[in-house]
Order: sequence, then structure tokens, then C-alpha cells
Amino acid sequence: MADHADLPETVTLTIDGQQVTVPKGTSILHAAEQAGTQVPHYCYHAGLSAPAMCRLCLVEVEKAPKLLPSCVTQVAEGQVVHTQSDKSLTMRRGVLEFYLHNHPLDCPICDQSGECKLQDYAHEEGRPHGRVREPKRVFGRDDFGGDVLFYGDRCVMCTRCVRFMNEVEQDPRLAVVERGDRSIIDTFFDEGLEGTNFHGNVVDICPVGALLSKDFLFKQRAWDLSHTDSVCPNCSQGCNIELHTRDNLVQRLRPRPNLDVNGHWMCDEGRLDYEWINRGGRLEVPLVRDGKEFHATDWKEALVGLVRELGAGPVRALVSPRLSNEDLGAARALVDQLGGGDLVYRSRRAPEELVLKGFPKLARRRDLAPNVNGADLLGMSRVGDNDGTGGLEGLASHDGIVLVVGDDLEDQPPTFGKEAALYVFLGTHSSEAASHAHFTLPLTTFAEQEGTFTNHENRVQRFWSGLPAPGAARPAWLILWALLAEHTGQTQPTRPEEAFVTVSEFGDVTYETLGKQGVIVTPPTRQEPAGAIGD
Amino acid sequence: MAYPYVSDREVRVISTQFGDPEARTLAGAKQRGRYQGLKTALDMSPDAVVDIVKASGLRGRGGAGFPTGLKWSFMPKDYDKPHYLCCNADESEPGTFKDREIIRWDPHQLVEGCLIGAYAIRARHAYIYCRGEFFEATQVLARAVEEAYADGLIGDDVMGSGQKIDLTVHVGSGAYICGEETGLMNSLEGRRGEPRVKPPFPAAVGVFGMPTTVNNVETLCAVPHIVVNGSEWYRQWGSEKSPGTKLFCVSGHVRKPGNYELPLGFPLMDLIDDLCGGITNGNALKAVIPGGSSVPLLTAEECRSCALDYEGVSSCGSMLGCASVIVMDETTDIVKQVRRMAAFYAHESCGQCTPCREGSIWVTRTLERIEAGRGTEDDLDTLMELTAQMVGTTICVLSDSVAAPVQSSVLKFRDEYLALIRRGERVGTA
Repeated sequence: MADHADLPETVTLTIDGQQVTVPKGTSILHAAEQAGTQVPHYCYHAGLSAPAMCRLCLVEVEKAPKLLPSCVTQVAEGQVVHTQSDKSLTMRRGVLEFYLHNHPLDCPICDQSGECKLQDYAHEEGRPHGRVREPKRVFGRDDFGGDVLFYGDRCVMCTRCVRFMNEVEQDPRLAVVERGDRSIIDTFFDEGLEGTNFHGNVVDICPVGALLSKDFLFKQRAWDLSHTDSVCPNCSQGCNIELHTRDNLVQRLRPRPNLDVNGHWMCDEGRLDYEWINRGGRLEVPLVRDGKEFHATDWKEALVGLVRELGAGPVRALVSPRLSNEDLGAARALVDQLGGGDLVYRSRRAPEELVLKGFPKLARRRDLAPNVNGADLLGMSRVGDNDGTGGLEGLASHDGIVLVVGDDLEDQPPTFGKEAALYVFLGTHSSEAASHAHFTLPLTTFAEQEGTFTNHENRVQRFWSGLPAPGAARPAWLILWALLAEHTGQTQPTRPEEAFVTVSEFGDVTYETLGKQGVIVTPPTRQEPAGAIGD
Repeated sequence: MAYPYVSDREVRVISTQFGDPEARTLAGAKQRGRYQGLKTALDMSPDAVVDIVKASGLRGRGGAGFPTGLKWSFMPKDYDKPHYLCCNADESEPGTFKDREIIRWDPHQLVEGCLIGAYAIRARHAYIYCRGEFFEATQVLARAVEEAYADGLIGDDVMGSGQKIDLTVHVGSGAYICGEETGLMNSLEGRRGEPRVKPPFPAAVGVFGMPTTVNNVETLCAVPHIVVNGSEWYRQWGSEKSPGTKLFCVSGHVRKPGNYELPLGFPLMDLIDDLCGGITNGNALKAVIPGGSSVPLLTAEECRSCALDYEGVSSCGSMLGCASVIVMDETTDIVKQVRRMAAFYAHESCGQCTPCREGSIWVTRTLERIEAGRGTEDDLDTLMELTAQMVGTTICVLSDSVAAPVQSSVLKFRDEYLALIRRGERVGTA
């Protein structure tokens, strides 16, 4: 427990008739949030500086001569704030009217529609009808480079994007040019945002439809998307994200705030690398090889048949750092049960990290898989090259049991596992190198199952299932524990939280204690290899 | 004297050298008593200088009328951080032309004022932020600063006192908003000329993040005279709350427009009828803008009793502002004039705050439509409501400046609007 002296000083004030106590230095806007009132705002964003220029968050503070911008006004003892008074509401209605003065009102063809702050606020607090009789100003569209399109007419000039590039990405490529009603966001040179690594965030923080993602353009309506909390599977940073899904497909990834991991941001590589989750041609049923033929079967038959073969010799297993901790734990348990053996994984490594300068906790890490640390923590070892190939010479010609979980073996020849007494392949997609597998079992992706990843600093974070599994595909942990249950005759985990606690390395951490922020289970021991390419 | 028009009723303190090119040189300036005030000030403590200015009741001449001594006293009383003095010579309020004349005719008076001000607020560096369009004035000022540097009046050892004060003349690029003190600071730092949110106030966080005071040219020019002659001497003119003399820039429909230095509290009609020789062509007076285009208009009736000091003009329903008296006679088309002012502000809005960015252009377009005979009576209500939404909702007061002439003209000259709207008739021609 902290000493009493260490406790932050607090201030008690009244917001809309409700008393709140907040730490000294809190803004009225945040204090109001605690009192359950959302004060509309555009320019303020928790991850950026506050210029107090959108003038939408003005609130009435008793004894102040004017309305005060709640985003930059700090709370004071005994302050009495009215966010819903006539004065505040009249003013906000007025400011909102100005926002709509030149707005094209093209919501029906705007991607932002449905998640647009201008739409929300105007419907909540705006005037029912417009009074503008003058022709509207027209800026047109601009390609800002990278994944970003600019619709100038919709811009509310909150300058969040400019400040993101200045303060967070620290590569000031956007600026306000001209002044007055002619002012507009623009890039300096033709390349615009091209070549920067975090510019996708400007689309997220744009409160209206002025900055849109080319990747998402006209793809889906925002209100049709389901949102699932998840963790980015594209590097070991473990950015907290939301999967936005529809029609059983991931439509886009969006960052989810977690100040301990990724702030409010994520990198463009991670953001745009989701098509693999949607890849078709999935394995959907368990396949059992009969001579040269595969025949589809059900899980019961596949597992019973597989258990009969498990005595076939020493086991060597290949897993993947794209698997969850639960999957890896189950694989290890199976290998241990069969008398122990090699557990290796392969992983692509980028030549260097891409650090977000203004929030250096966040980087696109070198390990391009979400659970490399999890695999390491469970005592598995990395083999192969930096492009995630090779390193399987011993495994490919092993004559005992060969277990492949989650690695697609794309680089391996069709002779892989030919010598194996028993070759079990668990994957999402089949490959040539799986043609000798005696059992081919369909796996789900991370997006179709619940589980945890361990990120680069050994923070274990939960993700949730956002898509239905195709056919009979199941998470690896469920398959492997079912196999063990069949093999040992004992009850084994059937829920992810049960599978999680079987991993002794996580101590007494449970799904409940992990929550949405995650927990660092043990300080990372793995050293980042020195040097750039070719280590 | 050659300077356009002078009058016996003027009290010339700051404008004594207007029309006299000799005063531009250092030698000429010294002959005329310049730098006496600096010498006197350097013999005093900085706080004593602040006190004497406080006692004189000098108020900021840039428009807001904030007491200068009080403003100086907000500055930290130590040398822990660099302090800066900024002289605001970005005189851009339409109708104002006093600072330009001071710099053109008596640049050393300003240099002296800046040095005393810098000394008083413990600044080692003073900036004079000149309006970009002031080409001649900037050259005159730059020459004066060079001469003063060469003479040891500015630099590492000001007048042998051991005080180090540098002075830099900075030229703006032609934006009205850079005359707003925080916009000026941004511009000086090389940023976009956009006003900053206050608090923090410049005395805490100003230029380059350091404690800063921004003063108008005329304010700083009054300081040497106060230091030499004392605060009681300065208080012989004007009233208790508005002491001293003030330059009035008269323009518009008068026979003798120009700068007149008058004790505060001078009757407005005396200025127009006597000093300025009355309305041109003997026409009748229609309206007066007493303090630059961002203050409400006064009708001829309101002008009758108007005394030109901060309180007097306020009590008539307008503001003294920077004392730029724009006189309009009966031939004036008020709608056209107000539209021109609104268009000016729409053009000069920095675009940060939405009410100003969108409101100023909306008001302008509406006025244009009314002027073109396509207005409706509802438009007048809309104008009043829009301008009401623009007052007090923005970072700086440019937005309020749009509202003032529009609201006052719609209230006071509604019949001119209605003539245009109902019958398409213009009341005036000018």
C-alpha cells in the first residue's frame, strides 16, 4: 500500500448536480466523464495535445464570465459545472450549426456514417433544420498517400490528424494551409503520408469522414460491423485491437486503447495485414489417410483412431508462434505425455523494429508473430531462418511421431514426414508437405477462438472469438486436450480458461485477473539479438 | 508644420515629432530629449519603473485598455528564465494609423520605450513585431535600431549601466490576427499565426514558452515621458480611470482626417466638427465607429454626448478600442460598409475556432445577398442569432469583432436593411 502522502491530491466539484472527486489537475471533460456525462468534443483526443479550438466542449462554470473549454480547464475545489444548462446547450447548438454550415451532408455515401461524431452530436443536440441559404464551399478530394484519402468538404478542422503526425508519429507531413474558411488540411509533397508506418491512425481519430481508409473505402457500412476485442496477430507487440467483422469475414482492424501496450494506436502493417484471416480453402473436417487416399471423418473417429497410433515411437513436434498459449500448453502436455521430445517453432523476423516515436512503448516488433514469447516461455525453441523457413531437416525425416501444429509447412517438400511412423498435421490449410500426414485435423484461427497471447514484454493478453469456425475446425488446445483425455482416460480442459491454467508458467494468473489490460507474468528473459539483418 | 493637420487643442506628448524628419536620426532624437527617460529609468530599480507606470494609470493603447503597470507586475520578479518584451507594431485594425506614424517620425521614441519596458520586466531581449505592409516604417525603425546599437543604447551594456538588452525588429507577413498578442507570439516563433488558448497567460508562458509581455507601440512610447516627468504629470490629462493623452486616428467623411493627440475624455463631436473641420461637403453625420472596425457603431445621436475615453465610449454602447474614429456621413451605405468589414474579418479569421471560421463567412455571404437585393427579413434575425453564437465562444475576440458592427448596424440602422430587402433601395452611395 502506498503511504498516505503518496496519494494524489483530490478536488471535489459538482457537475450537473452530482458531486465528483477527482485527482487535482484533471480536466472538467474527464471529471464529467466520471459523473457520467459525455461532453461533445472534436479537437480533444486523449492521445494528443489539446488546442481547445473546436469550441464544442464549452461548458458553463459558475462564476466564470464566459463558457470554458472543458478539455483544457482544470477542475477546482468547489467548482460548479453545468454541461446541460440552457447556456451550454444553446451554445453547443450554435457551434454545431456552424459545423454544418459548409458540410456536404453526404452521409449516404460517406464511410464514416454511423460512427461519425458530427452525425451523433448533430442528432443529439443540433438544430432540427439548417438555415444556410448560401452555396457551400467545395474543396474536393485528395489522395494523401499510403492508405489515406482526404474528403476536404467533410473536414471539421479539428487538426487531430496534423497533431498526430507532429506529436505521435513525429513526422510532420500534414499541415493546415490557408486561413479562415479557406483553411484546409494538406500534405507538403506528392508522397504525402506514403512511407510512414503509423498513418492509418489518422483515419481512426478523424471524428468525421474527412480521412478515410482506401482499404475500407465503400466496403461496408459501419453499423453492419460486429466488433470483437482482440489482439493484433501480426507481431509480438500485441496491440489491443478490435476485429470488425461481417459476413464471416474480418473487414478491418482498429486499435483498442491500452495505455500499457499500444496507447490508442497501431501500426499500418498490422492494420492492413488481415486478409490471411479470411483466406478461403480452409480445412473443415478431420482427414484420415488410408493408403494414398484421404477420407473425411468425424472427430470421434479421428481421435479414437489417432490414440491407437500414439505408441509409435519418440515424438518430435513443430508448433507455431501464431498459436495461443492454450494451444501451445496443450501441445506441450501431449508431447510430455508421450515421453517428451523436441518442441520447436519457426517465426518470421523483420530486419528492424518500427518505433512510434511519440509513444515508444509501441513498435512493430521484429518478431512477426503474436506469441513468440509464449512459445519461449513454455520452453520451445526457435529454428529456421528469419523468413520463417527451413530448420526442419531432422523433423522432415524423423521416423517416430511427427506432430505439426499450426505451421503451414509452405516451404517444405512433399516428402516431409514420409518416414514418420505417425504424422499428425493440425492446420488451417493443407499443404503439399502434409500429403503424408496420417491425420490432418482442421484448426481455427485466432479470430475464431478465445485465448491468450504473450507479447514481447511477457504480457499475457486475452482475445475473443469474432468469427464462427468453418466446418468442424476446432482450436488446437481443444483437439489436443480431447486427444489426451482419450489417451489417459482422465477429464481434461474443455474451456479455454481451464486450458490456460494448466500452464504452470503463468502461476496463479487467471482469465479473470488478466481482464482486458493483460498482466506481465514474468519479466522477459529473452534477449533481442543484436544487429539488423542476417542474425 | 508639414504634418497634415494640427490643432491648438491637441496635447502633443507622443506626436511632437510628427512631420519632422530630423527626429529620425539618433542625433536629432537626442536633441529632442529622447533617451532621457531611459537614463532616468536605468537609475531606478525595475520595480520602481513598474510602480511609476502603475501610478500614472497608463492603459494599453492597442485596444483592450488593460493597465500597463499592472500587466508588467504580472511578470516573475527574477531572472531564472529569459523574459521577453514584445512590442506589438502589427497595427492592422482597419481605420488605425497611429503606430505607423510614430515609427515613421519618431522611431527612437519607440526604441527608448522598448528598452525601458524590457528593463522594467527584466527582459534581456525585446522584439518589435512590425506589420509586413509597413515597408517604409520598418526601414526607418531598422535604421534607428542600428544607430542605437552603434551608440551603445542597445546591446550588452545599455548606456553603461551593465544591463544587457537586445532589440530585434521582426516583420510579419500580413495577417490581421498576428496583431492579437498570442497570435503574434506564434508568428514570432515561426508558427502559424493562430491565437493561443489562455490560460496560460503570456506573463507565465509566452514567446518561446517564456514569460512575456506584449505592449502596443503607443503604450511604450508614453513610458519615457512618464518616467521623466512623473506619474502626476501624466495624470493632469484625462480622468481618474483613463488618464493621459491618446492618439486618435480620424478617417472617413471629414475635411481634415489624420492623427490627433488629445487628452482622454475629449468630446467626440469637438473632434469631428472643430479639429477635423466638420463633415465633408457640409453633409449630415450618420454614424461613427469610434474605436476601429471591431467595435459597435454609434449613431449621430449617440455621438452628441460621447466623451472619448474608455468609460465614456463604453457608456455610449461602444468601445474606445484603439481610438480609430471612422466618420460616416449621410451618403454612407451602412449595409455595404458593414459587409465590407465582415468580409475583411472573414478573410482574416485564422480558421482555428469553428464559430469564427464558419460564422464570419456565413455572415458575409448573407450580407452580400442582402446587398444584392435578395435578402429576406428572416435574414436579419438569422444575422443576429449567428453573431450572438459567435460572441464569447472562441479563443480570441476576432469573432466578437465580426459580431459588433453587424449587430449594432442591424439594431441601429434596421431601416436601411429593410429598404434593401423590401424595395431594393440603397440608402447611401458611399
